[in-house]
Formats: sequence, structure tokens, C-alpha cells
Amino acid sequence: MKKLSARRRHPLAAVVVLLLALAATGGLYAAFAPADKAQADETAQSLAIDEGKKLYAVGCASCHGTGGQGTSDGPSLVGVGAAAVDFQVGTGRMPAQQPGAQVPKKKNIYNQAEIDQLAAYVASLGAGPAVPTDKQYNPEGADIGKGGELFRSNCAQCHNFTGEGGALTHGKFAPSLEGVSPKHIYEAMQTGPQNMPSFPDTTMPEKEKKDIIAYIDAVNGDETPSPGGLSLGGLGPVSEGLFAWIFGLGVMIAVAVWVAARTAKAKKS
Amino acid sequence: MSTNTDSKRKAPAGERVADWADGRLGIYSLAKANMRKIFPDHWSFMLGEICLYSFIIIILTGVYLTLFFHPSMNEVEYAGSYVPLQGQLMSEAFNSTMHISFEVRGGLLIRQIHHWAALIFVAAMLVHMMRVFFTGAFRKPREVNWLFGFLLLVLGMFTGFTGYSLPDDLLSGTGVRFMQGAILSVPIVGTYLSMFLFGGEFPGGDFVARFYSVHILLLPGIMMGLLVAHLILVFYHKHTQFAGPGRSNKNVVGMPLLPVYMAKAGGFFFLVFGVIAVVSAIATINPIWAIGPYRPDQVSTGAQPDWYMGFSEGLIRVMPGWEINLWGHTLVLGVFIPLVIFPLVLAAIAVYPFIESWVTGDKREHHILDRPRNAPTRTAFGVAWLTWYFVLLVGGGNDLWATHFHLSINSITWFVRIAFFVAPVLAFVITKRICLGLQRRDKEKVLHGRESGIIKRLPHGEFIEVHEPLNQEQLHTLTAHEQYKPFELGPEVDEHGVRRKLSRGEKLRAKLSKGYYGEDNQIPKPTADEYKEITSGHGHH
Repeated sequence: MKKLSARRRHPLAAVVVLLLALAATGGLYAAFAPADKAQADETAQSLAIDEGKKLYAVGCASCHGTGGQGTSDGPSLVGVGAAAVDFQVGTGRMPAQQPGAQVPKKKNIYNQAEIDQLAAYVASLGAGPAVPTDKQYNPEGADIGKGGELFRSNCAQCHNFTGEGGALTHGKFAPSLEGVSPKHIYEAMQTGPQNMPSFPDTTMPEKEKKDIIAYIDAVNGDETPSPGGLSLGGLGPVSEGLFAWIFGLGVMIAVAVWVAARTAKAKKS
Repeated sequence: MSTNTDSKRKAPAGERVADWADGRLGIYSLAKANMRKIFPDHWSFMLGEICLYSFIIIILTGVYLTLFFHPSMNEVEYAGSYVPLQGQLMSEAFNSTMHISFEVRGGLLIRQIHHWAALIFVAAMLVHMMRVFFTGAFRKPREVNWLFGFLLLVLGMFTGFTGYSLPDDLLSGTGVRFMQGAILSVPIVGTYLSMFLFGGEFPGGDFVARFYSVHILLLPGIMMGLLVAHLILVFYHKHTQFAGPGRSNKNVVGMPLLPVYMAKAGGFFFLVFGVIAVVSAIATINPIWAIGPYRPDQVSTGAQPDWYMGFSEGLIRVMPGWEINLWGHTLVLGVFIPLVIFPLVLAAIAVYPFIESWVTGDKREHHILDRPRNAPTRTAFGVAWLTWYFVLLVGGGNDLWATHFHLSINSITWFVRIAFFVAPVLAFVITKRICLGLQRRDKEKVLHGRESGIIKRLPHGEFIEVHEPLNQEQLHTLTAHEQYKPFELGPEVDEHGVRRKLSRGEKLRAKLSKGYYGEDNQIPKPTADEYKEITSGHGHH
């Protein structure tokens, strides 16, 4: 204690106190800050277009119009098909929270039965792609190598080499494909949500879609090995450069300071 | 060490070997002259060592990689152990790099050490250069060595570029295409240059083999020569040191090369190697298996060069796509202007020492380093340059700034376009103000001592803070720097009353000199009289 009080007038004392105070407030905030609570609320049970229409009137009609004809706030849903609804609602993108450059993925508040009802209602407005079956999108037995080639030719421009995502103009972006289910990837290719172009079966047959899904699963799935160690986000040279500066050179400079401080000094006079 | 002159006694084996060598190599006089060479101690003097050691590590690991790498663009079908690429067509260069990464024992680790060490090497060179810059270590007699170091930085950048292009992967191939596009934008000769470099249309079948000889032979050979020259000059000039008691322009205070520095430097080599090895063992770099082989019809987002080329990427990314079409020819200013600015960015910092020596007109040798605050204009220039460089790096990574900070890429691009011109000026002004403020604080400290934080109540009720006077050593260190007088043009007319001819250069020099050393551009350091006056005992202030 005596040692501590003797040093309280040290020129660096203020810096140390400041650092401690910052660490303490930060730590306390992290400990006590309220966690985001989901405010899911579930109701609904039946299985009909009527039920879907009711759900639609509550969650969608304010932007897409009472008959799905579209308004200035949202596009027409006539002919988008059940696959589009399954993707947009299933990934939580719809209903949108707020207008913006792009509607981001968020927690889905509907259960699958409700989504199916909504999809049935929207599909009844005009013909469009149906929700794919497991047989269509299940990547088992697909050609991963071919999928990689297709991915690099058609998807990597926006989604990056392994589907980590990338920027588009004016705040829009291609989202990361990590953790996206095969069904949703398939539906996205089929329907072209938001800024994505659509790849209908006429331009990209079902088999190629499967190959792509298999490739994404192989390079960006839960069990993808990373033979080189930490993948640093898979973002390429920018994150590598940052890592080299901080953990390479930064650590070395710290080591240099340490070495220089520990020298065979001539006796201090 | 006994100096026994008795010739009858047989000398020990070590001495005989040394004698043998001395008769042929003259090592005694060499060792005598150099073994006790003194090096001063400061952590920032070890930044150059980081460069040297990482360079050695790069060469050693690079030699290992050449044993397995095939610099050929012949097309082969991948049949290695990485499943997602099986059956894909690729060049032999890419195939052999995959082989190094997945089948060669220790291959991936060595590849990652090589690549990480390269990133760290160039980063260390930049930091080392900035240390030399901000402390004024480039002044006479070290200007040539400054240029050697600068050349090493530039060559390091290009060695890195040719190196990461070798695997012929989709990312680096995009980078080579980028470079080829820049070459094509050169008026008149662009297409010829490109055809010459690639042996025909891009990408052709030659560039990997050509880059290979440039990367492993030409550039490292030149760098090795420059490096040796750089080190010889460090020895010849002796190392600079910071001002302090007992240190002058004529001595070097520190520890001798042998044994202290040899031990320290040797140990530091292993520490540097250790850090690089740990980084390489825990973090992936350039995962070419995830990136895939290069095909000119494919491209990915997030295609950036390694960080040291990032500023050139920034120049291109933020440049408006201007072009002029005349008589069936296109002048692509959107690419050509960045190509012209690219060397200018680097040259701006390289030529600074010569500008400063012209402004000061100082022809003396300098072996005592400046504290950055005591050369406010130089420091401000350096910070402005770094700001400029950083703004361009932001431009080069604009897409990742956009996705990670939820910004519009267009706004970032516009920010960079404006900041390219404005940010360096702001940085200059702010840095200069900070330096002058620090100079004032130093003056204050010298004259009044350090604020002790102890509040004392005087008998008549007044509260004062007790200031502790600095000791002699600190006083010396804070006042050791010399201050230039601004260069004066002299009277406008000579002794005969005739108007003197003043060249434009001289007038400019006088103006710049005033900006450097004129009133308000440096704080006059406290004089001995001022110090005496204040410390003579008229109480506190």
C-alpha cells in the first residue's frame, strides 16, 4: 500500500487511473446492459388461404396493399410465387422493420405453418415458383467441384469467394451465406430477392443449383475445416493486412520495447 | 586472454585457427575495429532489425517453396486431396501450390510463414522509415542511406506483388489483370508494353514463369545488394542517438557490438521468428484453396491486393471513370491518372529530406536525433503524408468499410475523394499545433518544474500547487535541441544602392524557412538566464 501511495504522483499515474476507469465502466456496462429480448408473439392455427389472408392483412398489407397489388412502399406480390414468400418471411426479412437501402435478415417471428399459409395466399394471387421440395435442394451426391466453378462464375462477384458477402452500391450489400439453409439458398437463386438477380431453371438447371448448394456447404458450412488456422473472416488481404499489423508487427514492437528495456545498463549515477 | 610471447609453447587450437584465418582474411584488424562498435539503446532502433530478420526468414522459407513450386501455366486437372477443387482445370502453378499446401510436409506452414513474414517485412520497413523520418535521422550524412532504405521499401512492395501473383489463383490473377489494365492505360505505348510483358494477349502462358524469375532472382538480388550497402553505411556512419547527458554529436553512448549487441540481436532474431511462426501457425493467409484457380472470366468481390499495394487500389477505386476519345483512340484517365499519382505518393516522402536540407541550408553532420515535437513542420509533414496514405488505404478497402460499418460505399468513395485533398492539410495543421503545444509544455517544465499534484496552503490562506524542479539530466535533455533561425534574404539593395537580383528559388526558400522556423512556428527554448531569473527564489508562479 505504501508503495502504491508513493507512486500516486507519478507522471503516468493519471494514465493508469484512466485506463482502469475505462476498463471498469466498460466491464460493468457489458455485465449489466440489458440483453436484447425477442418479442415474438405467436397466434394462428388453421391451414388455408383464408388464414394466410388474415396474416397478410396484419403483417404485410400496409406496404404491399390489401390485395397484394403493391403500393409506393412495397412492390406488387402478384406472381412472385410461394418460394419468394417462403424465403423472405422464413429468413425474417419480411415483414420489414423499416424502409432502407436493403431489408436485412432478422429473427423470424412466424412459424412454418403460418409461412405456408401466407405463401398459399400470395401464390393464389398469381402463378409463380413454388416452394422447392427436399429432393430439389438436398445437396447430397452433387458435384462440389462443378459447384465451385459455377459459384465463382455466377455468385462470387457479390458474395465473395466462399460466400462471406460483400458491398453493393448505396448501402446495399450481398449478405453472407454462412448458416443459410439449402432451401433458402435454392429459393433465393430461384426468385432473386431484393438486389439479387434470379436464376430460374431455364438459365440454371436444378442440378447446377444443387452443385452450388453443395459447394457453399463444403466451403462455408459448420464442418468446413480451416487447414491454415483462423480464417480471419475469409475476407482476403484487408483482414490479413490488419492482422499482420496488429498481431505481427504490433507484438514485435512490444517485444522490441521489452528487449530494449532489459539492457545491461551502466550503473546509474 | 594471456599474451604469452613464449614462442616455444604451442598455441591453443582456437588461436591457431584464428591465426591461419588472419593471415588470409585479415580478421584481426576487422574484428578489432568492429567488435567494440557501440550501438545506442532504444526500442525504436530495433525496427530495422525486424525488417532484416523477417527478410532472412522470407529468403529461407522461399528457398523451401521453390523446391516444390512449378512456375508453369500448363493446364492440368486437379487430383489432389482437397475435395471442392477435384476435377477442376488449373495451371500447374496453382496445382503445385495446392500440392505444397496439402501434401508437402510442413508445406502450408512454410507457405504461411513466407507470406505473413512478407506482410510484416513491408510493414516493418514502413515503420522503420517513419522512425527515421520523425527523428530526423535522414540528415547529413545519412541521405544516401535514406534513399537505399526507400528503394528497399519500393522493391519490397513489388517483390511482394510478383510473389503473391505466382500461385495463379483467382484473387492474385485479378490483381495481375488490374496491373495489366493500368499498363494498357499508358498512352501510345501501353498496348506494346502489355504485349511485351505477357508475351501476347493477357494472360497468355508466360507471366507466371516471368514473374517467378523476377520474384526469386532479380528483385531479391537487388534487395540483397541494397541491404548490405544499407548495413555497411549504418556501420560507417555509426548509429544516431537521442539527446541526453553525456551524449554529443561526436560520440555514441551505448553497448558494444560484442558481446552485448550480438547476444541481443541474436535473441531478437529468434523472437521475431517466433512471433512470425506463431502468427503463421494460428492464422490463415491467402487460402488459395478457397479462392480457386484464376480464370479471366471470373472475379470475386473483396478482391484487394496485399496491404502494401492497398493505396494503389484506393487510387483506382476512388478515381472517377474519366476518359477522352479522340480520333478513334481512347485515353483512359480514370486509370492513367492513378497510375501517375502512384509513384508520386511514394516520391513525396522520399524527396522530403532533400527539401528540408535545402530550406535549412544546413551542411553539418547530425548524429543526435530530434524529438519529433522539436521539428514541428517536419513532423506535421510526416503525419500529413501518413494521413494521405491511410485515406488511400480506406479507399482501397471501401467495400469492407461499407459492410462492416453499415455505410454506403458511394459515401465512402466520396469521403475519400475529398479527404485525399483535405485530410493531409488538416493533419498538417493539427500536428503542428500539437507539436508547438508540446514545446510550450517542455519550456514550462524546464522553467517551473513538474506539476507534483500536491496542493499546499500558505499561511495567509492561499492554495498553491507545488512544482518539483527537474533534475539536471532532464533539464539538459529538454533543452539540448538547437533551433534554426529563419533564412533571411538580406537587404533588397546592395552597398551601391542597386537592387539585388534575387532568384525565385531564393525567395521561395526564405518563405519556406519562415514557415519552418519563423515566429509562431517554433517556441524559443528557455535560456539559462530565464531559468535563473525564475528559479532565483521569487516564490512560486
